[in-house]
Amino acid sequence: MAELHELSLRDRAFFRAYRWRRIDPVPWAPLTKPLSEARLAVVSTAGLVSSTQDPFDEGVRGGDTSFREISSATDVRELLDTHRSSSYDHAGVSEDANVAFPIDRVRELVERGHVGSVASRHLSFMGSITAPGRLVRHSAPQAAQLLMDDGVDCAVLVPI
Amino acid sequence: MGLIAAELERNGIATVVIQLLLEIATRVRPPRALFVPFAHGYPLDVPSDPARQHAVLERALGLFGRDGPGPLLEELQEPVTPGRG
Repeated sequence: MAELHELSLRDRAFFRAYRWRRIDPVPWAPLTKPLSEARLAVVSTAGLVSSTQDPFDEGVRGGDTSFREISSATDVRELLDTHRSSSYDHAGVSEDANVAFPIDRVRELVERGHVGSVASRHLSFMGSITAPGRLVRHSAPQAAQLLMDDGVDCAVLVPI
Repeated sequence: MGLIAAELERNGIATVVIQLLLEIATRVRPPRALFVPFAHGYPLDVPSDPARQHAVLERALGLFGRDGPGPLLEELQEPVTPGRG
């Protein structure tokens, strides 16, 4: 189980002191159709990029709030881990990026008829954002617009 | 992650967040979240184990069938995979 005490002293101090933004009011968008008819996207914060994309930048003060579009046709084995955090073990993602960016699993759910269709683009962010203002004002609305443009009904968000 | 979910929801996209730290889920309050008892770096538990990843993913997607309002926080109560977490 992931617990705060597993983290480094620096990360523990951050987690305890960080003023988490409380979502209030909590929005609620019901899925208005059966999942078997819905279009699903994956949103990850594992800092993964495709081989032709720029890596995330650990040097951005407050955290890199940009995101990458990952085509649904991407071979998950070609995704590159550009998250430099030492707070977690990177071996799992290195072995199989589906453990944090399950685009193969979503494709299989579509083949099985459990999910209607896969989004044409998934989204990749990098976590460790300590100043989320730009995320809230710019990146998140851009991400929402992109997924709306693609007719996405629902999304699964996967941390690292 | 919760902040992104909230923006998607405000734009009509239903979301479910897989959550590794219960403290964060209770503080941030994403609309729908599945707390999973796995280690950081392993949000779907076991690499190269599609069946296990499907089990976690489908449990998360199952929250789309639940009624609001949020926050809806469910816990995946399963044994931790040996050797992880």
